[in-house]
Amino acid sequence: MTSASINSGGRVFAVALALAGWFVKFVAVVLVIATFNFILVHAAPGDPAQVIAGQSGASDEKLLAQLRAEYGLDKPYPIQLANYLKRVVTLDLGYSYRQQRTVASLILERLPATLLLTATAFTLALLSGIILGTLAGVRAGKWSDTLLTIVSLLLYATPVFWLGLMLVLLFSVQLDWLPAFGYVTIGVPMTTLQRMGDIGMHLILPAVSLAAVYLAIYTRLMRSSVLDVTHQDFIKTAKAKGLKQGRIIIRHILRNAMLPIVTVAGMQAGALVGGAVVIETVFAWPGLGRLIYDALLQRDYPVLLGVFLVMSVIVIALNLLTDAIYRVIDPRVSVRAAS
Amino acid sequence: MNRREFAKLLGLSATALSGIPLGVTRAVGQTKGGTLNTIIQPEPPILVTALNQQQPTLTLGGKIYESLLRYGSDLKPLPGLAESWTVSPDGLVYTFKLFPGITFHDGKPLTSEDVVFSVTKVLVETHARARGTFLRIDKAEAPDPLTVVFTLKAPFAPFLNSFDCTTAPIVPKHIYDGTDFRKNPANAQAIGSGPFKLKEWVKGSHVHLVKHEGYYRKGEPHLDEIIYRVIPDGASRAVALEQGKVQLTQWTDVELFDVARLSKLPNVEMTTKGYEFFAPHFWLEFNLRVKPMDDKRFRQAVMFAVDRKALLQRVFFNLGKVATGPVSSKTRFYEKDVKQYDYSLDKAKALLDEMGLKPGADGKRVTIKFLVPPYGEIWQRSAEYFKQSLGRVGIDLQLENLDLAGWAERTSNWNYEMTCNLLYQFGDPALGVSRSYITANIRKGILFSNIAGYSNPEVDRLFEEAAVATSDAKRQELYTAVQKIVVEEVPIAWMVEQDFPNFIDKRLKNVITTGIGVHETFGAVTLG
Repeated sequence: MTSASINSGGRVFAVALALAGWFVKFVAVVLVIATFNFILVHAAPGDPAQVIAGQSGASDEKLLAQLRAEYGLDKPYPIQLANYLKRVVTLDLGYSYRQQRTVASLILERLPATLLLTATAFTLALLSGIILGTLAGVRAGKWSDTLLTIVSLLLYATPVFWLGLMLVLLFSVQLDWLPAFGYVTIGVPMTTLQRMGDIGMHLILPAVSLAAVYLAIYTRLMRSSVLDVTHQDFIKTAKAKGLKQGRIIIRHILRNAMLPIVTVAGMQAGALVGGAVVIETVFAWPGLGRLIYDALLQRDYPVLLGVFLVMSVIVIALNLLTDAIYRVIDPRVSVRAAS
Repeated sequence: MNRREFAKLLGLSATALSGIPLGVTRAVGQTKGGTLNTIIQPEPPILVTALNQQQPTLTLGGKIYESLLRYGSDLKPLPGLAESWTVSPDGLVYTFKLFPGITFHDGKPLTSEDVVFSVTKVLVETHARARGTFLRIDKAEAPDPLTVVFTLKAPFAPFLNSFDCTTAPIVPKHIYDGTDFRKNPANAQAIGSGPFKLKEWVKGSHVHLVKHEGYYRKGEPHLDEIIYRVIPDGASRAVALEQGKVQLTQWTDVELFDVARLSKLPNVEMTTKGYEFFAPHFWLEFNLRVKPMDDKRFRQAVMFAVDRKALLQRVFFNLGKVATGPVSSKTRFYEKDVKQYDYSLDKAKALLDEMGLKPGADGKRVTIKFLVPPYGEIWQRSAEYFKQSLGRVGIDLQLENLDLAGWAERTSNWNYEMTCNLLYQFGDPALGVSRSYITANIRKGILFSNIAGYSNPEVDRLFEEAAVATSDAKRQELYTAVQKIVVEEVPIAWMVEQDFPNFIDKRLKNVITTGIGVHETFGAVTLG
């Protein structure tokens, strides 16, 4: 009993230590990323004042000087960087003079649309990828496996914007089943329920397009992983024990074959946030990806830095989450080992 | 199966979607009311045209902010907020009489005080193009609420051409007086006096304008609302037009290669009218500080070596006209009797030989770096066309691609050899043409100045005299003389007077009625 309580106390301490370690690492990584972002963003030629002048068809010294003073670009770089890091530490993302809004409000406004799109696409891709990959893996060599392999290879090789446009041509232009672009029908009063249904209809095409490539990756990955596990000794043991095929697949093969999927999915979940820019453009989806792209072209530094920072935080958080999921799936991975 | 039935099939429930009308929402046959759906791209950063003059801001802001005058396709002034106006014989005193009963969107009246404030306090501070004109005002007075009197320091011929909604939007004094204009929180509401006011702006999605009930013109606006949708992808914009989701497109909404195909749609009409005030001029820009471009013969050779008719046909899909000189044929004071540069490789080669620029063993006479501006498909294709054309006479162009910020930085700081550019003429040579040729406008770091570095005292003198001459006949004489000189010297190789397509739903009436086209207030537009 005594030894058990010491053990559990030690465990709590280990977890607390690991969490503290994570937090320190987290803050350090965020600051390094913020500095790196700052240097990268300012290394690109041109500045926002020039862009505004370039799109206005007329310009003079006064306009450029006004805009540069407003953006804080008249100060030396080290001072700009110091000011920026100071704001990051106090969780202040800054102000976009171009859009006359705080960066936080701009991001918050766009984040739900992006999260809805990417979370739907991610879930769709992951679930179907696991199911299809398992089916292909356990039927390796049969015609259904070949078919699934060919389809996933095709999807993997298809440019995402092209797939999106083809889906629009088929389902919006030809069949008129689904709206071609946008987030919600504009200018029509709707109840909450109607609005949700309407957003759902708008969501189908972009989510399917975005999911396609990842679906292909997960299917192929899952297939090879399942094949790998199937030939291990413990599966033979399970078969020898006379376990049913379904039970073997779910309890023994799937659980072990999931690990590579979790690794790759964890890495890609972060990429999905930014990777949606093409789909958001094709479908006029008012998300974060387009905010980044526009900010980049316009050299809207505060917005650019703000979005980069939020995305890096999301990626880091997702990596931590992946670590945690490892531990659930595979008890052999210990807290200490991960920290 | 249509979309509603499909929704039911998906189990998105009949109650969830029934009652949501699709497409255009009103009965045909009405001339009052209705919703106009159109496109805005790229999305403007703010909607206050006094503070931001990017193209989309001006297109959309024209509905919200109005100015004293409008301009017909011939660029002659028409009544705007001003019912009538007079000019003193010495060209110094301009008196405008406003329409009675004009109100801002917040219900407060618009008076001559607002006009004086906008022009002499706001625009000279915030609007680079307006600044050049309105700093010439000596005295601005508001003797009564409906009268504005501007007295100039010296005559300036295009003064009366500077009161369109893109150059001189009138903003409310009671909101902006004594504030930092750019940081005023009211900028988010965009309070103007135009026939439409801002109801909602969902960033990244759409801008929703509704009728301004207190608009001063009887019966206007006819439409109830205008929705500007942000559709960033060209193919998606074409789909929106084909499906009737939008009833109007402007500027570069429709890619040029799609124009011929979409013109065949039964429900829309295509017109290139309504850009006369801007008269966009597309040209090839030299850096005259770099050899051999300092030599007139080299620049003439370039003019001879590019088949501009073919450029117009193949790259611009015939949307435009071959440019013959610095002044657009769509505007006033155009002179067509100038030196002609027909397409002739022999003439080009002869000029290059004469300069002593002989081809080397590889056939190349000279290698020049060419910056490709990032404005889209036709810019890339034009650059490739120039590379092909000039390659035939031994001028080797090395194309370099940049994004807008990079391109603007390089060209405005003269860190380029050759590039191409598109400039507006703004209704008068003194506003939109002379800026690219006069010595006084060689200003490092400033886009749309005389970036080539061209300098000719005679050209300076003629442009200066033409700007202050008070009779049109005298101005024509001076502009004719200057066009002859400049076309001979080719500081810039003019290529195409570019047209932009407007696709207009056939049920819409009175969309393009003036030289400002889609920037008009749209108060008179009807649907049905």
